Amino acid sequence: MRRIGVFVCHCGTNIAGTVDVKAVAETLGKEPAVVFSTDYPYMCSEAGQNIIKEAIKEHKLEGVVVCSCSPRMHEATFRKTVQAAGLNPYLLEVANIREQCSWIHKDKTEGTAKAIVLGRAAIAKVQLNTPLIAGESPVVKRALVIGGGIAGIQTALDIADAGYEVDIVEKQPTIGGKMTQIDKTFPTLDCSSCILTPKMVDCAQNEKITIYSYSEVEAVTGFVGNFSVKIRRKARYVDETKCTGCGVCTEKCPVKNVPNEYNLGMDNRHAAYIPFAQAIPNVAVIDAAHCNKFKTGKCGLCQKLCSAGAINYEQEDTIIEEKYGAIVAATGYNPISVDKYDEFAYSQSKDVVTSLEFERILKADGPTEGHLQRMSDGKQPKTIVFIQCVGSRDTSGCGKEYCSKICCMYTAKHAMYCREKYPDTEVYVFYIDVRTPGKNYDEFYRRAVEQYGVHYIKGMVGKVSPKADGTLHVQASDLISNEQLHISADMVVLAAAIEPDKSARPLATMLTASMDTNDFFTEAHAKLRPVESPTAGVFLSGVCQGPKDIPETVAQAGAAASKVIGLLAKNKLSCNPCVSQSNEAMCNGCSTCANVCPYGAITYEDKDFSRRKDGSMIRRVAVVNEAVCQGCGACTVACPSGAMDLKGFSTSQIMAEVDAICK
Amino acid sequence: MQEVMVKRASELMKDGTVSRVLGWKNGEFVYDPTPAVFESAEALSAFVYNDFCASNLSKYLIALSKKNGKTLVFLKPCDSYSFNQLLTEHRIDREKIYIIGLECSGKVDEAKLREAGCEGILSVKTEGEDIVVDTLYGEKTLPKADCLGERCITCKSRKVVAFDEMIGENGEVNSECGRFDQVAALEAMTPDERYEFWRGELSRCIRCNACRNICPACSCENCVFDNPKSGISQKAAADTFEENMFHIIRAFHVAGRCTDCGECSRVCPQQIPLHLLNRKFIKDMNECYGEYQAGAEAGSRAPLVNYTLDDCEPSVVYEREASK
Repeated sequence: MRRIGVFVCHCGTNIAGTVDVKAVAETLGKEPAVVFSTDYPYMCSEAGQNIIKEAIKEHKLEGVVVCSCSPRMHEATFRKTVQAAGLNPYLLEVANIREQCSWIHKDKTEGTAKAIVLGRAAIAKVQLNTPLIAGESPVVKRALVIGGGIAGIQTALDIADAGYEVDIVEKQPTIGGKMTQIDKTFPTLDCSSCILTPKMVDCAQNEKITIYSYSEVEAVTGFVGNFSVKIRRKARYVDETKCTGCGVCTEKCPVKNVPNEYNLGMDNRHAAYIPFAQAIPNVAVIDAAHCNKFKTGKCGLCQKLCSAGAINYEQEDTIIEEKYGAIVAATGYNPISVDKYDEFAYSQSKDVVTSLEFERILKADGPTEGHLQRMSDGKQPKTIVFIQCVGSRDTSGCGKEYCSKICCMYTAKHAMYCREKYPDTEVYVFYIDVRTPGKNYDEFYRRAVEQYGVHYIKGMVGKVSPKADGTLHVQASDLISNEQLHISADMVVLAAAIEPDKSARPLATMLTASMDTNDFFTEAHAKLRPVESPTAGVFLSGVCQGPKDIPETVAQAGAAASKVIGLLAKNKLSCNPCVSQSNEAMCNGCSTCANVCPYGAITYEDKDFSRRKDGSMIRRVAVVNEAVCQGCGACTVACPSGAMDLKGFSTSQIMAEVDAICK
Repeated sequence: MQEVMVKRASELMKDGTVSRVLGWKNGEFVYDPTPAVFESAEALSAFVYNDFCASNLSKYLIALSKKNGKTLVFLKPCDSYSFNQLLTEHRIDREKIYIIGLECSGKVDEAKLREAGCEGILSVKTEGEDIVVDTLYGEKTLPKADCLGERCITCKSRKVVAFDEMIGENGEVNSECGRFDQVAALEAMTPDERYEFWRGELSRCIRCNACRNICPACSCENCVFDNPKSGISQKAAADTFEENMFHIIRAFHVAGRCTDCGECSRVCPQQIPLHLLNRKFIKDMNECYGEYQAGAEAGSRAPLVNYTLDDCEPSVVYEREASK
């Protein structure tokens, strides 16, 4: 039996408040293997760690149990402590008597009893711990950024700036994302394209950056430092290396009635198209779903006209496979569909638009070439009603419970713009609250109210009814004056909630990164590790982690880049030694473990177990690649014969814990 | 049929296609033919095939496919599912096996004949819908349907799913076989009733290990029940807990891999309906993850070792339980 030391932490009153720590130390001190047991207010402090180090030497401890917080918090700390005292770091066990005990119990007697049981389980386990030594794995000095909006662009530029190769995968034919569709940016009102386009061009020209536009991530295997990613490059039927972006094909293409995504379907494009003038790469795409050549076999006009010979109808999707050390998710957002909000008559009137559609109307390259006009009859609206929180802060189940965060500011921007350029326009904004935290944000909003005379009304619009004369009858309540309002409006703008892009969920599955119930990526720690995913080597940039505006996105993109750079700067990563191993004598070679392994860490080889020479004892057995295995343990429970076991969490160790708890 | 089989086997043996034949020979009694390996064409004189040849030969191929040369095996429809499952698990080298698939209309359960009053059985013969039993006390003709084993009454498939050549016509899968009816009846019981049912059945277990030894899915190099390190090895059922747990652990171990060949129940000397445990798992998996038949296709991914986006969430299982 090993000589075990037990160290019970008070964590101030976090543990000591509902657990009698002295009683825990005393009771566990009487366990047969325990030769030393004590308690201390903060075990993780330097003084606390010194108690452990001294006890290891003085009492010749062969195993250490620290009863404290979750091992996620301080296991690494205490491993270093025992290592400094000459013990193998894996001869330490942490009994979580905080998150799993003191924090969830109110009654001190119950809490104390449970803490003792958890301590006993750890003592039973540490008896069977084996000294483990961490291996090393190399780091591929290349990063992948998934999503080519401002978040992805900024992350890629910053990583490239540090001298590392970066690939951007963007599913659209061009990078740029939502910011390309926006007219002006708050709170300074500079032109969105003017500040974004140079960054897009920088990406294209940077030697370290490769842009895979019109491409999607298909599969991800591997682990931090060593991801292997399959990228599907969708056929654009135009040879990217030959196309000069002259635009002849897009002008001459006879199919002219395809809804234009860039203008959110408010006008049409050709089947051969370049999304917008500043597209990067400036290469045409042929939309096979609408192209006559693909639909009927008759046409081929673009191919005849292309002087570069870039059109290739035979092009097929290609899959490329690349290795990366780090992956950044920057998949962005979309406004929610507002079709289900019948009360706002979005699907009944062309003059009820979403804020992003309004943005397109305002922008010079939009469907109205920047003139504020109604989509129904082209007339300039005289009365505009903005409705905020359409689907945001919505607990009815119809929309999203969260605040979309950007709507208050862009609505103030829209309202101000209308009053600035068309002073004869009456502008109403209906809001639940106006939220403008941010540098120069509240000043911006106040300008809209005080300087531009926008009517801000606290209250929600109950109904928008299109009238025969083309106006929109808006019925609303003013909560401050407590009266019903009836406004005859020419245009209604809905500040639709934003939601993560639909591609985020399948991507999270591929990355084994976790998500919240709204499909936003979860951070490793909400406060202290906000740009890292809990999956090592996966980082988060932009709205895919939560609603945020452009300045915040850019700041987070830089933060994610710096984390990536920190990782890529290392030559080797130390591996987790708690990995699976296969007992060849018991392995059937049935492949069940390989089927459940999410990391592709298990391969098979035919091994000769024969003592005779008739070759009758060649058996197929599993081999674990220790650098790839992440120690999840899926194989150990799937193995029918029990040949797979996890170092540091062996079946016998876990059974010993269970036995100790059930005693 | 026996003559055709022996003829074809000796042809394949003589032309060098196969080095040995796996089939059946007579056991101590006519109604217990035993699996046997025939190493020469001459040895085939002891080869038998009749309505009592119920045993599934697939499992023997794990060892035989490691030998030099090809092995000829005769597989009935249900045996071929086991064969495919073993192929999926890489236990058998397909290149080393030559399969003759057999048309099958069900195997006779000797216990049923006894119930029908047959003593001193000398032989059986299928004649149309009936079987003719020759006994020391004269001939008896019985409807074959009344003499079949349980697994043949609820036969899931008469289709041989893996073969190089067939003797007779290949049959069809029968999705309306009703093999889950008894499981549904057990599910309808209260937990107490169900516990009593299984205690009644499992308390008869003498822990002879026949079910495990015959089971094609139980082919581990080192069974957990034989491994002192596993913490569950024990030769005898020391207490009621052991009796229960042995079969439950075994059912869990073969879950998703069991083809429902029914050998476990057939060989149980205590007539414990062990196949019901396996069928419960199969039924649950079908309901949660869509219809899946282990062994229908070699190389298929069983739902328990596969993940698809359509997989039901665990909450579905809770809801299902709550709705009962």
